[in-house]
Amino acid sequence: MRIMGLLKADKESEAGVPPTRELMAEMGTFIEEIMKAGVLVATDGLQPSSKGARVKVSEGKVTVIDGPFTESKELVASYALLEVKSMAEAIEWTTRFLKVLGGGQCELRPIFEATDFPPELFPPEEAAREEAWRKEMQKKNTAKQ
Amino acid sequence: MATDAHRAIDAVWRIESARLIAGLTRIVRDVGVAEDLAQDALIAALEQWPESGIPDKPGAWLMATAKHRAIDLFRRRTLLERKHEELGREIEVREMAVPDFDAAIDDDIGDDLLRLMFISCHPVLSTEARVALTLRLLGGLTTDEIARAFLVSEPTVAQRIVRAKKTLAEKRVPFEVPRGPDLAARLSSVLEVIYLVFNEGYTATAGDDWMRPALCEDALRLGRILAELTPKEPEVHGLVALMEIQASRSRARVGPLGEPILLLDQNRARWDQLLIRRGLAALDRAREASDALGPYVVQAAIAACHARARTAEETDWRRIATLYDALAQVIPSPVVELNRAVAVSMAFGPAAGLELVDALTSEPSLKKYHLLPSVRGDLLFKLGRFDEARLEFERAASLTQNARERDLLLKRARACEAVHG
Repeated sequence: MRIMGLLKADKESEAGVPPTRELMAEMGTFIEEIMKAGVLVATDGLQPSSKGARVKVSEGKVTVIDGPFTESKELVASYALLEVKSMAEAIEWTTRFLKVLGGGQCELRPIFEATDFPPELFPPEEAAREEAWRKEMQKKNTAKQ
Repeated sequence: MATDAHRAIDAVWRIESARLIAGLTRIVRDVGVAEDLAQDALIAALEQWPESGIPDKPGAWLMATAKHRAIDLFRRRTLLERKHEELGREIEVREMAVPDFDAAIDDDIGDDLLRLMFISCHPVLSTEARVALTLRLLGGLTTDEIARAFLVSEPTVAQRIVRAKKTLAEKRVPFEVPRGPDLAARLSSVLEVIYLVFNEGYTATAGDDWMRPALCEDALRLGRILAELTPKEPEVHGLVALMEIQASRSRARVGPLGEPILLLDQNRARWDQLLIRRGLAALDRAREASDALGPYVVQAAIAACHARARTAEETDWRRIATLYDALAQVIPSPVVELNRAVAVSMAFGPAAGLELVDALTSEPSLKKYHLLPSVRGDLLFKLGRFDEARLEFERAASLTQNARERDLLLKRARACEAVHG
């Protein structure tokens, strides 16, 4: 299963304080370990919210708010996409990550898989759209040949 | 609380067991004994961790515990040997080689993992045994999970594993990374096992136990681990690329009613772009490692051609036809030849494809292969030779085991009549 780990922002990450050289080295070793374990699928750090923007559409009205955003607990500082056997395994890797980091908070969220939508729950309109799309493709293919 | 601890121990086991068993095998030189020691350490963890909490470095804790058990085991064995001597046997005092436990732990764990992969996939074992042992020792799967994934009984799997470990001990298979000319053959056995696990998961259908599709993930994980252990081996990256790209299509390859959807009819918006990127990156690594075109690299390159095309029409069939030429050189087989014919027909027209297919009609191994008349029928249809096409579709329908496919083929046969008027 795939699980997205979201590291919550804190004052330092929001202030754009760079990590120390020691931390960078330790984190490098850890990233190498989790990559070699075939678990880490993707990861990136996010720049502070002061560089970001929020886009909102409500009843057709578009609002764009530039960062920074204040409620740092709700903000994300980095993400990691893990491919693991269970939530417990993701928790274990995340614990190791946070220990290397010297503390912090991560939210773990399983990603929807195709198998999370059993055929009987596949919404009929979606199925119809899929079907129409396929017919269209087939028509195009036949027309070409 | 206890349940939390057990869940955490499960997770630690999943993460650490392969490295633990690998390190221990090097110390005791016996995969079976190593696994028993690792299991002992796991039991100790299950007894102690719910009380004491998870240690700061759980992997090191498990290794230290297993190491102590190993020392006990060696002492008991040495004692036993001495007793035999005291019984008056006139054997030379053969000093049992006492392993250097500390050095064994500090050495490169990666090498041990690689040795464990090679020994689990050793040619003295049957393919089933290789698969079971690899999933058990390197994938951290339980016997029950392997049994469910392969639709066999648990005792069958357990027996396979016991026998495999016994065979390795009896034949004194060394715990080593093969060198020189051996390496290529042994590596291809490892790759074969991983790809077999992947395909077993890939062919799982909707009603199957979820352990079956999960095999794809297990195989991908093993492949990714192997790729990090052997970064200079192009075929390893080729296999990883092939699996990543095939896995990228898993959401698109089955329709809402569970019916399979052919590659060219798939909704490409449902392809997993992250896996495609990873697959293409793995293919780049293969190319960087060497110019050699091994079977996995070529198959991955073909898969990559499809992955790069945003629509079926954009597919670079000329390149695919060239790659099938290369594949037919490295692993010549009638099935590869048939695929090549399809690619050639897409690139250069149905007549060119038909020429290649016609050359295969006398091939004995394809006599009962429904795809041969199915492809031939398709090409004849495109050439307007509807009577011949109908016969081929009917023959294909009579050969296939799959009911849905049979319906489709009979439908195409009827379409030939309709066109013919």
